Amino acid sequence: MWRDGVLVAGKDLRIEVRSRVVLHQVVPVGVLMLVLFAFALGPATAPMVAAAPGLFWVAVLFTGVLAVQRSAALEGGDGTRDGVRLSGLDPAGVFLGKTAAVTVQLVVLEVVLCAGVVLFYGAHVRSLGTLVASSAAGTVGLAAAGTLYGALAAGLRVRETLLPLLFLPVAAPVLVAGTKAWQSALGTSGVGADDPWLRLLLVFAVVYLALGVVIFGPLQEAP
Amino acid sequence: MAPAMAPAVLLRAAVCVTGRFPALAGVDLEVDAGETVVLEGPNGAGKTTLLRLCAGLLPLSGGEAVVLGCDLAGGDRSGLRRRVGMLGHHANLYDDLTVAENVRFALRAAGRPAADADEAMTRLELVGRLRRTAVGRLSAGQRRRVALAVVVARRPELWLLDEPHAGLDRGGRALLGAAVTEAAAAGATVVLASHEPEESLPLADRVVTLAGGRVTGVRAASGPEAVARGGAHVA
Repeated sequence: MWRDGVLVAGKDLRIEVRSRVVLHQVVPVGVLMLVLFAFALGPATAPMVAAAPGLFWVAVLFTGVLAVQRSAALEGGDGTRDGVRLSGLDPAGVFLGKTAAVTVQLVVLEVVLCAGVVLFYGAHVRSLGTLVASSAAGTVGLAAAGTLYGALAAGLRVRETLLPLLFLPVAAPVLVAGTKAWQSALGTSGVGADDPWLRLLLVFAVVYLALGVVIFGPLQEAP
Repeated sequence: MAPAMAPAVLLRAAVCVTGRFPALAGVDLEVDAGETVVLEGPNGAGKTTLLRLCAGLLPLSGGEAVVLGCDLAGGDRSGLRRRVGMLGHHANLYDDLTVAENVRFALRAAGRPAADADEAMTRLELVGRLRRTAVGRLSAGQRRRVALAVVVARRPELWLLDEPHAGLDRGGRALLGAAVTEAAAAGATVVLASHEPEESLPLADRVVTLAGGRVTGVRAASGPEAVARGGAHVA
């Protein structure tokens, strides 16, 4: 399972390095969202700083859908789904590999968006530990849930439009908990680093990782 | 007296429903290990469904199906897939990876040494700069050859080839014929669906005709290859 995971992650990341879809299309969309939100909130700094955590996670969530769609499309296209099924790869390994590759891509996206929040919104990081821990847990959770729902939608003709519909409601806990944790990290609320939101992010990530390992195989077999 | 070798493919009243209608409506077919069988029949006859069923890609809806000793009604189909090489309508390749990367990935996924990739690519004349070219930049025929190289490199026990000549030029067809002949000589079983009898019959031991999801005829192939290999076995 782990060997297959490394193999699949390496393949997906190599494809991304070649195609640069995330770097050239997904990341700019995220930055554009931050800029547009900044215009919408006006020139005053206070509302932007207050809104920064939520807007960061909204941007991550919506641009993350694009990254997940891209990842699912690699194995969901004509023939490649059969190719994976015939390859002999462990489905759990495929799930973990694809989740790892999406996680790496989301981390790149989040680093850029975090810089954007600091630059455009004038936010200051008060607790780097909380910020990194919540981002890491939220990112893994989003990648795992996205990969799982990407596989769920893969066999359907309307997969491109269905995936956001399936994924976004499910990812709502990450949006809420991530926002709360970031409010703590940016000092816009008084919640401590050991708050329940961080634990919720961790539980979300663990649940979807476990769920994916167990049901990714049956999902691949679905007609 | 030695026990008779089990057939590589054994279908008894096999039914496979895709969508609302049975694409296979009670197929009886037996393919011996090491035999090369050509499937012929009109579009919609069930050739592709039969190949996909044998590859473990489609569930058996009724009847009996045993492929390489794996009972498709309840067996571990993932184990079967590792022993099968399938060339389908689509090339099953990643456009952004090079030819060499695609073949090596397929081999590593199958748990085989990546070194076998070079030999397979050379046999399919995928050499020089072509190996370093992204598959998305190749012509349909070249993609077909890469997909065939993946099958060759994996050295499967059962080859399932669906319209393998489609898109191939004269040279590609010759390479395909050589690969199939060599695999059969090495003991592999080959089931090949084709609309091009002039290309496929010389490779075959038997020809099975499908229509409406059923086997409507079985005959010996008359090609020189079949004669050279000791004649045909007719079920």
